[in-house]
Amino acid sequence: MKREFPLFVTAAIGLFMILSFFVPHQAVSVPADFFQQSAVIVVAFGIVLGGANLLRVNLEAVLKRQAGWPYRLVLIAGLLVMVLVGLIEGRDFQAAGTRSTWIYDQVYSPMSSAMFALLAFFIASAAFRAFRIRTPEAGLLALAAFLVMLGRVPLGNALTAWLPEDLRLGSVAEWILRVPQNAANRAILIGAALGVMATGLRVILGIERSYLSGEE
Amino acid sequence: MRQLEGLARLDRRWIFTVTGLLVLIPLLWPLNLPLTPSPPVRAYYDAVAAVPDGSHVLVSCDFDPAARPELEPMTRTTLRQLFAKRCKVVVVVLYPGGARLVDQIVREVATERGALYGTDLVNLGFKAGNEAVMVLMGQSIPNTFPRDQNGLDVGTLPIMRGVRNYSSFPLLVSISTGYPGTKEYVQQVQGRFHIPIAAGVTAVAAPTMYPYLQSGQLLGLLGGMAGAAEYERLMHESGPASRGMDAQSLAHVFVALCIVLGNVAQWGWKRREGA
Amino acid sequence: MLSCRTASVLAILLLGIVPGAPAALAQSQVIIVPPPVIQPASPSAGSEAPRNATAGGGTPAPRPARGLNWEDVPDDAGRALDLTWQLSPDDTLHLPLLQGYHVMRSENPGGPWTRVDSLAAGVSSYRDQSVTLRRDLPYFYRIDAFGPGGVTPQGSVTGPAIAVSQWFNHTRWSVLALTMLLFTFVLFFIQSAQGEGKTPFVRRIPGIDAIEEAIGRATEMGRPVLYVPGIQDIDEMQTVQSLIILESVAKTTARYQTPLKVPVTYPIPFTIAQEMVKGGYLQAGRPEQYDPDCVQFVSPEQFAYVAAVTGIMMRDRPAAHIFLGAFFAESLLLAETGFATGAIQVAGTANANQLPFFVVACDYTLIGEELFAASAYLSGEPKLVGSLKGADLMKLVILVVVLAGCLLETLGYHGLTQWLATQ
Repeated sequence: MKREFPLFVTAAIGLFMILSFFVPHQAVSVPADFFQQSAVIVVAFGIVLGGANLLRVNLEAVLKRQAGWPYRLVLIAGLLVMVLVGLIEGRDFQAAGTRSTWIYDQVYSPMSSAMFALLAFFIASAAFRAFRIRTPEAGLLALAAFLVMLGRVPLGNALTAWLPEDLRLGSVAEWILRVPQNAANRAILIGAALGVMATGLRVILGIERSYLSGEE
Repeated sequence: MRQLEGLARLDRRWIFTVTGLLVLIPLLWPLNLPLTPSPPVRAYYDAVAAVPDGSHVLVSCDFDPAARPELEPMTRTTLRQLFAKRCKVVVVVLYPGGARLVDQIVREVATERGALYGTDLVNLGFKAGNEAVMVLMGQSIPNTFPRDQNGLDVGTLPIMRGVRNYSSFPLLVSISTGYPGTKEYVQQVQGRFHIPIAAGVTAVAAPTMYPYLQSGQLLGLLGGMAGAAEYERLMHESGPASRGMDAQSLAHVFVALCIVLGNVAQWGWKRREGA
Repeated sequence: MLSCRTASVLAILLLGIVPGAPAALAQSQVIIVPPPVIQPASPSAGSEAPRNATAGGGTPAPRPARGLNWEDVPDDAGRALDLTWQLSPDDTLHLPLLQGYHVMRSENPGGPWTRVDSLAAGVSSYRDQSVTLRRDLPYFYRIDAFGPGGVTPQGSVTGPAIAVSQWFNHTRWSVLALTMLLFTFVLFFIQSAQGEGKTPFVRRIPGIDAIEEAIGRATEMGRPVLYVPGIQDIDEMQTVQSLIILESVAKTTARYQTPLKVPVTYPIPFTIAQEMVKGGYLQAGRPEQYDPDCVQFVSPEQFAYVAAVTGIMMRDRPAAHIFLGAFFAESLLLAETGFATGAIQVAGTANANQLPFFVVACDYTLIGEELFAASAYLSGEPKLVGSLKGADLMKLVILVVVLAGCLLETLGYHGLTQWLATQ
């Protein structure tokens, strides 16, 4: 029963939701809307559960003085400060001038942007280190990379402004994105979508059930 | 040959340093390189321009501070174009880390353009649930978002009178950084509810949106800061995206150079080992 | 000859069986009622107001709209009705006699009338999908033209208009057909593989073979294996697939007695990952070596997660990194930092825009659907490999359809494209 009941629920709701895409009748659409709304509630609860789990795991590690415990203390302090400040400030915690807003603007926002900005440096170092032209295909890839990188910035069009419009780097880059890149992307998208559907079918029908529990 | 050896063993911190300088210098001393709007950007601009004046437009801003440099400029420019057409803008946020940022952007542009909150604009705020929320909005937006970002009952707001679901809007503008975002709107909403969509995404996600652009599922596409800068150009503005394009130009040239130098160094190293 | 009763019964049966018959029979039925006295518009909305022909100081009221028709909106749950009419002759740019139209609705042909909406001049159609519209209930509609001189109701009322639920969305036939075809292929090959008892052929996937090699390398160096199952929640199929593969990886690490570290972003994948690792150790016959702390819940926040994982890479120096699942901007950060530590790296994702970063920075990359093939490839179970075969056959069908569609479009035949486009 421990495995059969979740499998049954998965199959029933999964098949029902597929049916709701094709059947507009209220006998199907009303329960489907209910399930959609339930999914929203479950996801919201998941965030709460995640916070509680995070606190528990890291608190245990700090109390046991596991390796790296000072970092975990910083994490717990950050979590508690954000939650407490938000609770104290109530519904208007996102209004201008609140402490929550200050933490968001001065801590979260710059840190998040800084992490994303690291990509620029890593792309340059990855390009230097790893982009090796060992085969004709790799050469073609490198050529396409040059054309698109230069064509997507004003410098590319400025350098080729003397050419007819269709031959300027911007137009060439646009053609590469619109034609060969598009074709390859579609192929990957179709293949991945089929993989998702086949996996989804296996999960819904209970053919793939190892995710439920590791015990057979 | 010794130089090539040195190049092959180059400490990557030198690469980081040069990248940093090439990005910083043009921000301080702009090059003012000319911008030419590309067809997807023109299509985006035309899609927004084609919306009848005074219509309601749904704008889904699904990004967080990490994607701010690329997506904030295009969000601001889109709002300006909509307010110039006296459109009523309904904003939703499906990205948890972006609610505060989007609210700030929306209010600043509204103040700049004299748009009244509640009459010309409403921010319905963040809702957890990803695709489920997108589909629920197709049934009823007031039921999905009973209160706005500030906790006001949406039924009391003049802008929300007559807003039912996607059919109340001639256009959905999706500005997104990842999941949930434009791809999910195309998959879950465009096919079911037939609302025209124009999208702005980060540069890395733009190539994956081209199939949808070509099939007509997206009316227009802004890709990253370059797309935002071209859009600013069409709107006759010179905003942060336009100013950032000089830095991006030099960075792109440097990355191309890194590919060349890396291969030259590798070639030289192989020759030395073979000799 | 049929009796009246028999004919009526047959008609009802036909209506029930033949799709579209109710819609066909329920075409506009115009009911003529004497036009009421024209009176001026009242500012109050939502109810019929008294009207006066000369309220605008001598300006005449506009002439009425004509030819009002209704139609049930197809393929819905009976929540909408479409109305169309011919514009009033005064609906021109030059004569400012008409400002717009009121859409009036009633449950009886003689009223009382409720204003459903007001439309601008020049509009000759409207979809009534107001929340007050109930399915299977007959309504009557009237279009009132209004202007400075007053309101003129239409001379005729249309109805009874009934919004009906449909059991099938006819515009989605193509999606249903292709979906059923895929499901048929997958189920057939699963059955066939189980019946024959032998595993169908799957080509070698170097990236998956490299996973065991990577674990072996970590064992030789005495360092742990880092497994990153993507950054999305359990509702993403890539995460499900990655967690399934985790069991095989855990079984291998248990066999080699190599420590395993699994940082996870969301609570539900976290609990499943714990179960999968435990299951792997059980299958390897080493349950006592299972360490529950090897699976760590980190953060759903993208860059907080990547900061934590890169910290693990720099401090613990795992010798093998396995990135399988859904990744976004953090893919290059993870891969490049991992390279700097000298680890062997195997990655796989169906997010096409992240593949270039993994291809450049990792030793092996599983591209797109190779990730979904991994669990079948590793386990070798006939039913899982059978489903791969089904999906491959579907790909062949799509290929043929694409080629056929291109040819037909080139020749000017659009039927196939129109049938395939979801409405």
